[in-house]
Amino acid sequence: MSALSVVVENLVRKYDKIVALEGINVSVRKGELFGFIGPDGAGKTSLFRILTTLLIPNSGYATVEGFDVVKDYKKIRDIIGYMPGRFSLYQDLSVEENLNFFASIFNTTPKENYHLIKDIYQQIEPFKDRPAGKLSGGMKQKLALSCALIHKPEALFLDEPTTGVDAVSRKEFWEMLKNLQNFGISIVVSTPYMDEASLCDRVALMQNGKIMEINTPKNIQSEYPYQIAAVRTDNMYDIINHLQENKKVVSAFRFGDNIHISYNKNELNENEIKSFLESKGHQIIRLNKVEADIEDCFMAFMNENKHDGI
Amino acid sequence: MTASKEIIISVKNLVKKFGHFVANDDLNFEVYKGEIFGFLGANGAGKTTAIKILCGLLAPTSGDIKVAGFNVYSQTNKIKRNIGYMSQKFSLYEDLTIAENFRFYGGIYGLNKKQIQSKTKLLLERLNLADQENKIISAIPLGWKQKLAFSVAIIHDPKIVFLDEPTGGVDPITRRQFWELIYETAHQGTTVFVTTHYMDEAEYCDRVSIMVDGKISALDSPQNLKMKYQAKSMDEVFIKLARN
Amino acid sequence: MKLFRSFVKKEFYHIFRDVRTLLILFGLPIALILIFGYVVTSEIKNAKIAILDHSKDEITTEITNKILSSGYFILDENLSTEKQIEEIFKKGEVREVIIFEPGFSANLSKTGQANVQIITDASDANTANLLLNYTRAIIQDYTLSLNKGPNLNIKIIAQTRMLYNEELKGVYMFVPGTMALILLLVSAMMTSISIAREKEMGTMEVMLVSPLKPLQIILGKVTPYFVLSFINAITILILGYFVFGMPIKGSLILLLGESMLFILMALSLGILISTVSPNQQVAMFISMMALMLPTILLSGFIFPIENMPIPLQIISHIMPARWFIVILKNVMLKGTGLLFVWKESLILIGMTLIFITLSVKKFKVRLE
Repeated sequence: MSALSVVVENLVRKYDKIVALEGINVSVRKGELFGFIGPDGAGKTSLFRILTTLLIPNSGYATVEGFDVVKDYKKIRDIIGYMPGRFSLYQDLSVEENLNFFASIFNTTPKENYHLIKDIYQQIEPFKDRPAGKLSGGMKQKLALSCALIHKPEALFLDEPTTGVDAVSRKEFWEMLKNLQNFGISIVVSTPYMDEASLCDRVALMQNGKIMEINTPKNIQSEYPYQIAAVRTDNMYDIINHLQENKKVVSAFRFGDNIHISYNKNELNENEIKSFLESKGHQIIRLNKVEADIEDCFMAFMNENKHDGI
Repeated sequence: MTASKEIIISVKNLVKKFGHFVANDDLNFEVYKGEIFGFLGANGAGKTTAIKILCGLLAPTSGDIKVAGFNVYSQTNKIKRNIGYMSQKFSLYEDLTIAENFRFYGGIYGLNKKQIQSKTKLLLERLNLADQENKIISAIPLGWKQKLAFSVAIIHDPKIVFLDEPTGGVDPITRRQFWELIYETAHQGTTVFVTTHYMDEAEYCDRVSIMVDGKISALDSPQNLKMKYQAKSMDEVFIKLARN
Repeated sequence: MKLFRSFVKKEFYHIFRDVRTLLILFGLPIALILIFGYVVTSEIKNAKIAILDHSKDEITTEITNKILSSGYFILDENLSTEKQIEEIFKKGEVREVIIFEPGFSANLSKTGQANVQIITDASDANTANLLLNYTRAIIQDYTLSLNKGPNLNIKIIAQTRMLYNEELKGVYMFVPGTMALILLLVSAMMTSISIAREKEMGTMEVMLVSPLKPLQIILGKVTPYFVLSFINAITILILGYFVFGMPIKGSLILLLGESMLFILMALSLGILISTVSPNQQVAMFISMMALMLPTILLSGFIFPIENMPIPLQIISHIMPARWFIVILKNVMLKGTGLLFVWKESLILIGMTLIFITLSVKKFKVRLE
């Protein structure tokens, strides 16, 4: 049983009348790459701010590397790296100046821990004199990550580091995170992109201040309670409406160029779906069973915790 | 998705320079009426610049560009009356109610009181928000805001609606509901010009163009692109293109 | 037309739903009208004067009573020797000293002439001029009343002296006031904006989550502005001296020392403002509305404090610039030493300590 980097118990956080975190429980193991997956409003940023000691919870309890986030906040601030949303770099300082500054406030120099950031920083080193404000989204990401790592933290907290960044940069970023795990740093990331969940060791699916599920991505996918058939027909416009008429269909959602139809094993099978659609005038282009995607699982959890309307 | 062959946006040799920096490097493409056209590319590839030019907000350095039949140099007013626009950054006025926002934008687009009322009713019913029209926007969750913003963007039945990353940060169910709205709108003949960072949304489009470093490096339907680049998803297509 | 109407309607909604905008649109004009109305008068009331009456006879007493019952003047002190004159001006409360020569009535009856000296503190040139004119007018009036009989030609000759500012140069008022204003601008406003900007940009978050102590953050922010302000102060003094002929009669070291004190005060005020400002806009708003504007109006920079109604005079007591301007004028124009400005200096020190204490208390170690 490896040590725990982060422990959260019944954490509650409110802003006036809005409840951002409704009593959540989670723990992160040392050296783990842990993802908090959920849309805006899930409570991810509030959680991260509490863990990085920037906010106090209304009730509940959390520790980071064994230190209480409220009482021992100074100790935590010495040993963690933090990358808040929007990267928080000094726009008018150059790449190199930013790195030097963030190293110095941790009483270190870029040289000291260069091995940690080498793979990342090398990609932006050609631009080291450029003001951070003039970097592309992907480059800002890399710089912000370097600045958060430069003091060799025990744990890294990255709040939506891939939001608003193109797909290629996102992919590269996660490759960099995976490599960082070799240094034994615990990495806690939040993201609204479901496809990034599969890159984590474990994930917590969050929505409206609650955690719906904590597990490895594989387990979440294999524990999906329904069968999924991926379908493509010649009438992708009306297909959702048609499927919603069938009471045995649990859900029908668009997934890329297919529809994912969820159903119970004993209520429906692929042939029945095929006949149903053909009876509605569709010509089947493709129909086959698929494994659940994290997004399928997320949406199933959402439907369990449904809020209708506004 | 029904798309005719009538050209609604025509871009020929579009060049936009900012000083020495070439944001748009000789772009050529056409968009058809009723089409859902996906405009993809990394940040800094030149997407936002191109969209601003098409919306009549920025003048091109050179090129022959027509939107809804009007040219972007001298007829920007006519263009603006025929298009709708919605982005992640701009949405609705937070301190006004739903109804007030609709009334304002309806008025801006030249609709009279009756038209605004009937359109508002129609659009709100479609979202199941018919009895909520006096709710202040700041009290409404993000997903609903985006759907409302989209409705407002099409309140005047524009020929084209430009959507700039409309589903950022929104939960997966709401995202799909949003796209159902887009489908409906396209089906009724409105052309939808959309940018997104969600690669699965690229698959929902009729055709997709991918910009890299100011140029268009690919333009075709998602199916054709996947075949051409031997990719299983648009994600793969994008990565293969960007890495070259 | 419809388009125009919808737009205007929307703007009205925005305005009425934002407290800050309402404050500016309604609160501010009312406040300004009231303040300007009361403050900008070209009249002076209740100016403090001192009288050195060498004769103390019937006539001088009558003149004195007339002067004191005019409503323009209030007697601060009856002096007994010439030596006290300089001291009382240095104290700063008295604006004018009236000196009656010995044997005033006797001279009038014997020679038909008597002399009275009027000395004004012209470090505030406008006020001095006005007071002089009032005094002259009253004496003139009295003279006329004496000349009621036929062929009488009694004269009371008034000799005038404008102390500290013989040529009644306006710049002598201008330079101290401007200096106070500029130091406030650079030290208070820019500091508060700079700290608020870190909060707004999100970089403050990252700095908090580091070994940096809040004190280090504040000192780091404040030091460049301290240096710049000091350079500004010296520049203004040099310009004032060489270009406008503004004298520096007192100790230069004292002057620079007091300037540094004021800068420290302004810096700590800037930090305090930043602790209640979540972003640059609010910081600028507070700096402008709660600091710069009241300073310009109520510190005695442009409008004399004695003229203001009592409530505004009380408010002017809490304007740090008011005390600094007094110190500057005293040291530069009157050449006084610490002995005469210790009260004002102590007030500035007290204010600085209060601001620093409050800032330290309010500086948030967290985001809320």
